[in-house]
Amino acid sequence: MTTAVASGAAALPSTLALGLARGGTELREFFRQKENLIFTVSLPAVLMLLLGTVYVKEVAAAQMFAAGMIGAGIISTSFVGLGMSVVADREDGTLKRLRGTPMPFTSYFIGKIVLVFVSSLFEAVLLVAVGVLRFDLELPASAEKWLTFAWVFTLGVVACSLVGVALSGIAKSTRNAAGVLNLPYIVLQFLSGVFIMQSALPESLRTVGSFFPLKWVCQGFRSVFALEEGYAVMEAAGSWELGKIALVLGAWSIAGLVLVGRTFRWSNTSR
Amino acid sequence: MNAIRVRGLTKAYKGHQAVAGVDLDVARGEVFAVLGPNGAGKTTSVEILEGHRDRDGGEVSVLGVDPARGGREWRSKLGIVLQSATDAATLTVREAVHHYAGYYGDPRDPEEVIDLVGLTEKAKSRVGTLSGGQRRRLDVALGIIGRPELVFLDEPTTGFDPEARRQFWGLVTRLAAEGTTILLTTHYLDEAEALADRVAVLAGGRIVAEGTPQTLGGRAHADATVRWMSDGGYREVLTHEPTKVIADLSRHGELAELTVTRPSLEDVYLELIK
Repeated sequence: MTTAVASGAAALPSTLALGLARGGTELREFFRQKENLIFTVSLPAVLMLLLGTVYVKEVAAAQMFAAGMIGAGIISTSFVGLGMSVVADREDGTLKRLRGTPMPFTSYFIGKIVLVFVSSLFEAVLLVAVGVLRFDLELPASAEKWLTFAWVFTLGVVACSLVGVALSGIAKSTRNAAGVLNLPYIVLQFLSGVFIMQSALPESLRTVGSFFPLKWVCQGFRSVFALEEGYAVMEAAGSWELGKIALVLGAWSIAGLVLVGRTFRWSNTSR
Repeated sequence: MNAIRVRGLTKAYKGHQAVAGVDLDVARGEVFAVLGPNGAGKTTSVEILEGHRDRDGGEVSVLGVDPARGGREWRSKLGIVLQSATDAATLTVREAVHHYAGYYGDPRDPEEVIDLVGLTEKAKSRVGTLSGGQRRRLDVALGIIGRPELVFLDEPTTGFDPEARRQFWGLVTRLAAEGTTILLTTHYLDEAEALADRVAVLAGGRIVAEGTPQTLGGRAHADATVRWMSDGGYREVLTHEPTKVIADLSRHGELAELTVTRPSLEDVYLELIK
């Protein structure tokens, strides 16, 4: 009696196929929630419009400012946005339901990565559009710069997503999570050269900032958007340090992965 | 092989013994109801069987597998109907059911399942706009979409209006008729009586009685109350031979408002959990 039923369950869909299916559903849900569109995707562009109008007096400054804002933006969608969405999944029963299905845990994360990449890209495009239209932002012309943009973007999103998910384990509710995730994000923006140039910061604050991913993501983007290589002297180290950027972001990704593996909870009440 | 076999299951939280040595056998194709007051250990026990919670001690086998080590294959044979989820609010009913069908190797037809749970008219509505009863029927749809061999229903009709409950019962009966094993927890006695082949009463983390709804707690052999109207007042006799009592009485003519009652499941239950 059992064999007839069991044979039908043999061919379960692959982890990747399920991950992509989850990504599609995640995106559908994300873009149907207006607060996501307004807050997560548009806020950095609005901030850039406001702050840029006050501070940016010349094109060269617009380039540096836009680079920092794009860096801050992808961290808002990955670190804050993803962290919040995992807490929400725990709160509304999504994770509990998924755990009762034959979906592998990895597929859930593939889905989240799809969500973060697409929403971060949307947000970066919006920022660049505001930059080009309002502040005459010049886009990098060489393929090499775009390649740098691509890997800094990818590594930055991956590292910050993993750390965001790891930190989401601390938060018991979405209300709670907003604080847990937003506080480090806002503080880091000041320490990482988004609102204030790092060279203008006291040594101690600069050192603190250089431990975290945001500084390195912003520095990478500044190397992409700088009008000429000479602007590297304005960085804390006097150069773009691309190798170090890859190293620091890679290390954060690995640390994040380990943390997620150790701290991830399916629900608020289990065990 | 039984669908569920449990021996000596225990689980404590911070010094409080939630489950204190439960034994349970549920045969394949059976509808089994676990009754018990709040805090009796029903949800904890069910979550251990589902593989959602660790246990402290005891042996557990669900479809031949220890839930603590159940893999994807095992999960694909289970259907878990959640109690209070509010997920997928921005998806439509159709999108949600189709999406969850994709997790299984051999799912049911999503459109048929939507029809089975009576949500065809709501198929294009966002999940967040459903009423409580409709939401629970969607939960059932998502629980059975994978063609499960065993379905867990944890207090499925809490907060339902009477009509929604009857509809829900019809749904469970249909699943059972297809041969699905169903483990149901409830604190509605009439629900257990209407649906279950066998029931167990859980109180203080232990099973205090087990049997069919008709025989639980010696109900079938309990004395019956014969009651009738005579001279403008009710008269009652408690007897273990109601047929004989009525035969004797009816020699004097027609008996007005004659009834024979045995203790209800509720009477037995309330006695058991004291």
